[in-house]
Amino acid sequence: MPSLDDLRKRITSVKSTQKITKAMKMVAAAKLRKAQENAEKGRPYSEKMNNVILNLSKSITDKENAPKLLVGTGEEKVHLCIVLTADRGLCGGFNTNIIKKAKSYFEKIISENKTLKIITVGSKGYDQLKRQYKSYIVENISFKESKNINYFDADKVGKIIIEKFEKNEFDVCAIFYNKFKNVITQIPQEQQIVPLNEDKEVSGNDNDYEFEPDEDEILSNLLPKNISTQIFKAMLENSASEQGSRMTAMDNATRNAGELVDRLTIEYNRSRQAAITKELIEIISGAESL
Amino acid sequence: MSNLFNIDIVNPEQSFLSKDNVFEVVIPAVEGEIGILKDHIPIISFLKPGIIRVFSESEEQSFYVEDGIVEFKDNTLSVLTSSIFDLKDADKNFVSESISSAEAELSKDNIDDQKRFLLNHKVEVLKSISIN
Repeated sequence: MPSLDDLRKRITSVKSTQKITKAMKMVAAAKLRKAQENAEKGRPYSEKMNNVILNLSKSITDKENAPKLLVGTGEEKVHLCIVLTADRGLCGGFNTNIIKKAKSYFEKIISENKTLKIITVGSKGYDQLKRQYKSYIVENISFKESKNINYFDADKVGKIIIEKFEKNEFDVCAIFYNKFKNVITQIPQEQQIVPLNEDKEVSGNDNDYEFEPDEDEILSNLLPKNISTQIFKAMLENSASEQGSRMTAMDNATRNAGELVDRLTIEYNRSRQAAITKELIEIISGAESL
Repeated sequence: MSNLFNIDIVNPEQSFLSKDNVFEVVIPAVEGEIGILKDHIPIISFLKPGIIRVFSESEEQSFYVEDGIVEFKDNTLSVLTSSIFDLKDADKNFVSESISSAEAELSKDNIDDQKRFLLNHKVEVLKSISIN
């Protein structure tokens, strides 16, 4: 049985841990609001971008000569996976969920005897993947220095992807991130960005656009930008998810610490009372024997 | 009948400008400036470095853009750009920095004609800003 002193020490230590988790929860809550706002502000851009590309790709009749970023290289041999994670831990299952999703995709690729290349964005993803997939990781990017998510960073990742594509280093590119649904739920997403998935056919919207210069040139200018935009969107969703996930995790931790303190306090009081009773009995039985 | 239409300028981080009372917008499209009035036919084009001028009933605004895409449809002009600032709050240091970085880029040997043209143009526009 632990001594009174040990119990007292444990109670203080749990209490100070609780203080930390509580503070982290509140910081995450404040950051979450900002991240959510940013994610909402960034939405019109990517939506409009999607619209324009949709309109453009519809008006392209010559599929053979269409930009490769849109229709793909015609092969599916080399897959490039961009895994977007956080730079910091203590945020519940946030990082693990993305990794899990990515790993199941990796296994599929490997079992089909295709080549796999991985780029990790965010240090936590790299830490978790390097043990098992070290030989596949071609690049590891981290934006620890930038305080806020900015487009400039996303553009850097986008440029790396484009560069690799132009050197024919991959055929298919997919990104993995967490989509922010609400504070408790974040859904790990797998999204293919090269070639662009054209499953969203919008019918009844046959506006005849005038293009200046022609469609091909606009598309080849636009598609690289779209990749950066998609990555930026993923980063925004990710940062909102990270804060949400951290908030929930820290809330749970605070509650658990509270329960632990309660239990320890009861145990402490009990053993203190037991000690007092024992002393009393000793005194009484000592007095009686006289 | 009113001759006004809507304009939305968005950059990746936020909606930069949204107005519903403009009657003319001049955009630096890649093949020359385009003036857009109400009921222009639907058009998609992209931008070269230059000045967007927005004329509304009450005021005239000018913005510097580096690149972007414009779409005009149903009397709404959408401008998507990653780098834009209002000429009124142009930062002297930023402008001169951009000029020097563009000039440094120009002095490299491995750029093609199209890029050289765009960079030259960028320097020109930026210089015209810093004179004002």
